[in-house]
Amino acid sequence: MITPTHYMLLSAALFMIGVAGVLLRRNIIVIFMSIELILNAVNINLVAFSYQLQNGIGQVFAIFVIAVAAAEAAVGLGIILAFYRNKETVNIDEMNLMRW
Amino acid sequence: MDLIWLIPILPGIGAAINGLVGIRSFNRQTSGLVACAAMAAALGLSIYAFAELLGLPADARDHVVDLGYWIPPIPLQTAQGIGSFEVPWAFRLDPLSGMMILVVTGIGFLIHIYSTAYMLDEPRGGYARFFCYLNLFCFFMLILVLGSTFLTMFVGWEGVGLCSYLLIGYWYEKKSASDAGKKAFLVNRIGDWGFILGVFLVFYTFGSLDFRVVANAAASMPVEAQFGVISLICLLLFIGATGKSAQIPLYVWLPDAMEGPTPVSALIHAATMVTAGVYMVGRNAVLFGHAPIVAQVVMIVGALTAFMAATIGLVQYDIKRVLAYSTVSQLGYMFLAMGVGAYATAHGWPHIGLAAFAAGAFHLMTHAFFKALLFLGSGSVIHAMAGEQDMRRMGDLRRYMPVTYMTMMIGTLAIAGIFPLAGFFSKDEILFRAFLTNKMIWGLGVMTALMTAFYMFRLMSMTFLGKYRGAAWEHTTPAASHAAAAHGVPHPADAHAHGQANKAQHDVSHGPAHDHGSAQDAAHGHGHGPWHGPHESPQAMTLPLMVLAVGAIVAGFVSIPPALGGGAVLEHFLEPSFTAQEVGLAASEGAAAPAAEAVAATSPAEAAHEEPHISHAAELGLMAFSVMIALIGIVAAYRLYVLSPQTADGLKERYAGAHNLLYNKYYVDELYDATFVAGTKKSSVGLWGFDRRVVDGAVNGSGWLTVFLSWVSSLIDRYVVDGAVNLVGRTSEESSFVFRRVQTGLVQNYALLMLAGVCVFVSIYLLVR
Repeated sequence: MITPTHYMLLSAALFMIGVAGVLLRRNIIVIFMSIELILNAVNINLVAFSYQLQNGIGQVFAIFVIAVAAAEAAVGLGIILAFYRNKETVNIDEMNLMRW
Repeated sequence: MDLIWLIPILPGIGAAINGLVGIRSFNRQTSGLVACAAMAAALGLSIYAFAELLGLPADARDHVVDLGYWIPPIPLQTAQGIGSFEVPWAFRLDPLSGMMILVVTGIGFLIHIYSTAYMLDEPRGGYARFFCYLNLFCFFMLILVLGSTFLTMFVGWEGVGLCSYLLIGYWYEKKSASDAGKKAFLVNRIGDWGFILGVFLVFYTFGSLDFRVVANAAASMPVEAQFGVISLICLLLFIGATGKSAQIPLYVWLPDAMEGPTPVSALIHAATMVTAGVYMVGRNAVLFGHAPIVAQVVMIVGALTAFMAATIGLVQYDIKRVLAYSTVSQLGYMFLAMGVGAYATAHGWPHIGLAAFAAGAFHLMTHAFFKALLFLGSGSVIHAMAGEQDMRRMGDLRRYMPVTYMTMMIGTLAIAGIFPLAGFFSKDEILFRAFLTNKMIWGLGVMTALMTAFYMFRLMSMTFLGKYRGAAWEHTTPAASHAAAAHGVPHPADAHAHGQANKAQHDVSHGPAHDHGSAQDAAHGHGHGPWHGPHESPQAMTLPLMVLAVGAIVAGFVSIPPALGGGAVLEHFLEPSFTAQEVGLAASEGAAAPAAEAVAATSPAEAAHEEPHISHAAELGLMAFSVMIALIGIVAAYRLYVLSPQTADGLKERYAGAHNLLYNKYYVDELYDATFVAGTKKSSVGLWGFDRRVVDGAVNGSGWLTVFLSWVSSLIDRYVVDGAVNLVGRTSEESSFVFRRVQTGLVQNYALLMLAGVCVFVSIYLLVR
């Protein structure tokens, strides 16, 4: 029997993988994908509890998150492209313009 | 007689016309005519007023015309309580001022006529300016003479001082002339200082400035045996007189005044200005008669001036300078007479006193005639010699200018005191009274008379007699000039030629050279070609000479002394002017003047004296003696300067020391330069130093203090205020080195930190809960 605990464990695992990817990887594309993992981990939680509680609002929220993630991916990829054209790199260590 | 106020006004109008309009737009004839007409009108009016005065009885010959207030009454503190200080514009005609206006307008008129010809070399504007000044001079002199109060007199007194400055410095482009003008003005100011102080004291003492009031008040006071307030007044007034009338010690300006044009010298020396001091003493005869100490001072100063100036005159070579010193000397005579008069009056000898005062005024009048004559004659000579004034470069001019020679000879004989010319009578009157009063003074007077005769005849000998020693002249045609030189006659064609040939060599000249090319200048027929030798002057110059010569002959006859069978008319006519009103001559004839009584009261010993008196025979003897003295002088001069000039040179070399002393005028100018002038300069340098060090120092010190304080304040600003601001800035800057390390710019770092933060907060939440 699959309980909400399983879903939450899966979700937590995905979330930790995503966070680790964001913090540790140097390629910005990979970081970008890790962010998607984090978002999807949240989606799993939302859908699991929607099912458990028999309440459609959770699913609505999940779809909303997917839509926002798509928009975010479009904007983010655009920024990355523009950056790449200027710097010819996608290494995040090179991106230190906000420094003092 | 009520129109006497017009007498000064007329020349004033003439001066105004010439000064305001003439300088710009009149030609020479017009400005000369205006000036002469003004003087002629004044002369006519003076004669008319004088005739009216003569028509009055002797004790009523005193007329005052009051034209209203000049200074309305102001209450002022005086010695006798609160007095009313008021000065009217009042003119007074009495015998003394009557005689004076005749002299001023008469001689002045002749000098005006003479100037019209003498000044023709001047440019048109200068000509009008000259006549403007001449008229102004007469205007102020007439105010001085006619004024009936001390202050009105002071107006004229200052005015003639101003005009003398203007006229002496007439050729103001020439440094020596403008210097001489300034010297005259400054020396006169010293005298004016005494005069105005005297006037203040008169008001303080008597509470009035009117001559008659003061004389009456003084007459009722006792004669001052000690030096009192009247003596002080008289001494101050006399200081004024020494300045104006060129007496020791203030005579130095008069010889320098020769820098002016010659008619000016004549006007200053004869008719106006220098007679003012004598006139003023005579006007205040009553005051001086109450101050025997000052009377002695006046007498001694007069005698010494006469003597000293005559000695200087003995050796001068400038023709005008000789005459200048002779003027100083003759003025000394007048003061001698005034002093003798005052002294005798104070000692209770009213007859001698009044007669001596009158003799002084009489000499003033005769001197005006022969001194004007001599000056105008010397002007004529200078004119003929094209500006030459040095007598060593003249000689034998008798041939070329007979009229000038004859008239000047008359003037010389008159000043020498040869019977029966004018100078004889007046000088003898003075010497006679001096003989009666003080033999020492008389002795000085006689020696002066000897020297006067000598130096005047020396002047005549060097100028008109002997051999011609002057410059050669250019001849129009060789033949004619040869004839002229050979026969010694003036060339007929150049009677009016005024050469400028010698101009450059003589700084003291007859006028700056001007080139007149215009048709208008040519119209008056005044040639300006090269100098054609000495020549007789035009008629406008010789005519006044002749008139004055007649005056110099007959002027003495108005007062023939009783010893010669005359009535001393002028002296008796003048005498009332020298007494206070209530104390007419009639009163003093009776018993004795109050002055005499006062003396009797104070010093009985004096009162015991009879008036000194000598017989007519002795008086005649004195006269013969002085004529003889004069003749000795003349003969000596003739022998030394005509018959054997080498003797004169020999004497000069033998007594070189004395000669140099006299030639350099006793070094008085140098002495004054070394003491007063240098002293003034030194003290002004001292004051300048004070100004620079103390006054400027204070200013600079306060400036420096301000600079110092602001420097201090700037230090505070820089280090305290700015320091605080900079400290804040520096602190943040320094601390930022540490804290900015946080900003790596790496997003992952930020995210890691955020995660750590979340972990920390969650841990806290879990632990603390």
